[in-house]
Amino acid sequence: MNSQIPALIRVFAYLSILTVGGGMAAFPEMEELTVRVHHWLEFHQLIHLYSVGQLAPGPNMMMIVSIGDWAGGVLGAIVVLVAFFGPTALLALLVGRAWTKLEHWPWRQSIQEGLASVSVGLLLAGTISMAKGAVTGWTTGGIALGVLLIMVWRKVNPALLVLGGAIVGGIVFMPK
Amino acid sequence: MSETKLSLAEEKALVAAARAKVTVFDVFLQFLIIGATSFGGVVPYLRSGLVGKLHWVDDKEFVELLSISQSLPGLNATNMAVLLGDRLKGWMGALAGVIGMCLPGAAIMFVVGMIYRAHGDHAFTTAVLKGVAAAAAGLLLATVIQLGKKSLTHRFDLVFVAATVIAVNRLHLGVPKTLVIIGLVAILFHYPRKAPQEGEAK
Repeated sequence: MNSQIPALIRVFAYLSILTVGGGMAAFPEMEELTVRVHHWLEFHQLIHLYSVGQLAPGPNMMMIVSIGDWAGGVLGAIVVLVAFFGPTALLALLVGRAWTKLEHWPWRQSIQEGLASVSVGLLLAGTISMAKGAVTGWTTGGIALGVLLIMVWRKVNPALLVLGGAIVGGIVFMPK
Repeated sequence: MSETKLSLAEEKALVAAARAKVTVFDVFLQFLIIGATSFGGVVPYLRSGLVGKLHWVDDKEFVELLSISQSLPGLNATNMAVLLGDRLKGWMGALAGVIGMCLPGAAIMFVVGMIYRAHGDHAFTTAVLKGVAAAAAGLLLATVIQLGKKSLTHRFDLVFVAATVIAVNRLHLGVPKTLVIIGLVAILFHYPRKAPQEGEAK
């Protein structure tokens, strides 16, 4: 058995419970654990895999599968999936069932409103960590800003914008 | 298809009839389809598929489940699969939903990861990926803004947002400590007040 398997389970089960507000809330910790502590991949590879993942359908953190595969083969990939989605799925199941009973509990709304600000903050913190690696100059800054403005301005399928970024990047950064 | 406005009672009857016929395999199959086709974000596809096309849930319940899923850890896509699957077919439905939702994307990223590992260093790949990553960063920021607009209820919430960012990115407090400390303060800040719109009317 691959020696990284227990570490993969530990790391991704831990990251799983940090994804409050979205997968990217766990990004700063993911960077620390997968890149600096365990050396499963490099920072720019983490950013590339996450970003390419935006072109794939389904939940948007599926690049964890690649990390699992690189560190522990097919078993690593499977283990990472179960560790990352298992704990929160179980929690969602339990809370979802309890929720209707909590409908008139006055603190329910307080918890929702309070956690909303923290989850927006966590997501923003993850975005900043990621942008530090992705926005490295005027061109990448321009692409990011362009996508942001288009998204704020009107409803466009995000996958198309990522594809647009790929085309611009391919043209601008291709060595002549 | 009947995308016309239904009355509440009509919608309820439609949902009840459709739900009675759903099997665990149906749940798996529909989530598998959504998992394989939801380019650019899962929630709109879930809504148009399960509410609009299949009538497995009504829109009110869908929005309610979405608000649960947003205040829990876990991705919206998989939390919604669990919550919807559970309402439809109990824990078996939840399991079928989450597996179906994850399977296509996981398989794709498994292959993409292998290709990237082999060819990620080529000059052309690097150039394209630079653009992809920059676009993804812009996309993320837009998501943060959209989520903030939708879910922040008080002007002072922006202070909690800023405090969270500083705690994680500057003070390196770590996500768990940040979540507990600032989360607790924010929850206390939003302590239950007598809200007039709360369904207290007798």
